[in-house]
Amino acid sequence: MTPDDLQAVWLTLKLASVTTLVLLMIATPLAWWLAHSQRWFRGIVAACVALPLVLPPTVLGFYLLLLLGPQGAVGKVTQALDIGTLTFTFTGLVIGSVIFSLPFAVQPIQNAFEAMGRRPLEVAATLRAGVWDRFVSVALPLARPGFLTATILAFAHTVGEFGVVLMIGGNIPEETQVVSIAIYNHVEAMEYGAAHWLAGGMVLFAFIVLLGLYLTGNRLKVVR
Amino acid sequence: MLLLLVMTPAKADEVRVAVASNFIAPMKEIAASFRQDSGHTLRVSSGSSGKLYAQIRNGAPFDVLLAADEVIPQRLEQEGLAVADSGFVYAIGQLVLWSNKNGLLDQNGKALKSGQFKRLAIAEPKIAPYGMAAKQTLEKMGLWNAVQGKLVKGENISQNWQFAATGNVELAFVAQSQIMREMKVNEGSWWRVPKHLYEPIKQGAVLLVTAKDNEAALSFLAYMQGKSAKEVMRAYGYVLP
Repeated sequence: MTPDDLQAVWLTLKLASVTTLVLLMIATPLAWWLAHSQRWFRGIVAACVALPLVLPPTVLGFYLLLLLGPQGAVGKVTQALDIGTLTFTFTGLVIGSVIFSLPFAVQPIQNAFEAMGRRPLEVAATLRAGVWDRFVSVALPLARPGFLTATILAFAHTVGEFGVVLMIGGNIPEETQVVSIAIYNHVEAMEYGAAHWLAGGMVLFAFIVLLGLYLTGNRLKVVR
Repeated sequence: MLLLLVMTPAKADEVRVAVASNFIAPMKEIAASFRQDSGHTLRVSSGSSGKLYAQIRNGAPFDVLLAADEVIPQRLEQEGLAVADSGFVYAIGQLVLWSNKNGLLDQNGKALKSGQFKRLAIAEPKIAPYGMAAKQTLEKMGLWNAVQGKLVKGENISQNWQFAATGNVELAFVAQSQIMREMKVNEGSWWRVPKHLYEPIKQGAVLLVTAKDNEAALSFLAYMQGKSAKEVMRAYGYVLP
């Protein structure tokens, strides 16, 4: 593998790790709310969370390009904050990846919270556990399998991302040139040998991740 | 049996044209008038020349290739994938630097030299002839190393235009045909890159072997060298061979 390819591998792992961390922070309260809320707009929020499952990545890429660009709503804010625009940056890719993989993180956690039911929390409440205490020492441990599935799926799905990155990444080594893009470039330039190294590695990686998921008894609970 | 079905050539009155991204806009006009004048049907697929070449090598069902350079059609002829001696230069491309901001570029390419930009888009030089021309230009101007940190690489020349049109890059190397409508440029500012800064972009057309007896393909190639196609190309800023 060339140094550029190794960079791409490293960048991909970095992107997937950061994305997964951000996703767990966002998905946990969101999943909790979706599992317990009785509000009328719960269905709307659930539908929004699931949207990236259905939408082609080009739709996300197109809107992100406009939103994050200098004339876009987000782009105007980031420019006002002196950050500049986020297209063609690592941060921009993290934002795209978080949206792209959101349902893969939310749904397993939500399923785990729902499966747990209200009973354990009510019991904890009678034992005078506070709200935070109930969440941290009862809900989180009980939902552990859901978190594990969410982590693995979010990470793997980000590694497998292509369309969004192609549209907002700009193919910059060390910044936005992830493995899937590097493979695409190699194939286009007919460097099939180099493409095989990366593509074969991806197949192996995906297989091992999914095998691990099934062997640990976590079934994929995401519709796809 | 399945193989037979796959190998069956397209209907004789249909031509499938693979066209390099820079030529999409004029192609649409030429296709419309060709359909009308000839009665044949014509289907267009587009992409970077390198990608189209790879697709053809892997059996893509095209009859004619309109590439962005001469090299790829020649290579296809040598490899026996295109009909020998069917190739010809249909247009000479014009590289321009474009910005969607008015006044950023003048006819000396000032903004490029002064480095007053954050991002510059070029097409991947390895696979896109216009990307190669952009690289040659930057090298000749002695700016290639200086712009490395600012380069964004579009997958093809259409994506370059799109990056600049949405304002995500200030400057993009594109084909003149992408910013020209009815003989003039209506949006933003631009710099026509002087010819001595890059090798002429001689765009070659070639007939693929699978279509050697395809009436529609042959008549389309003739049409490309005719008066009405030439008028369209000139209107989009191409120089004719």
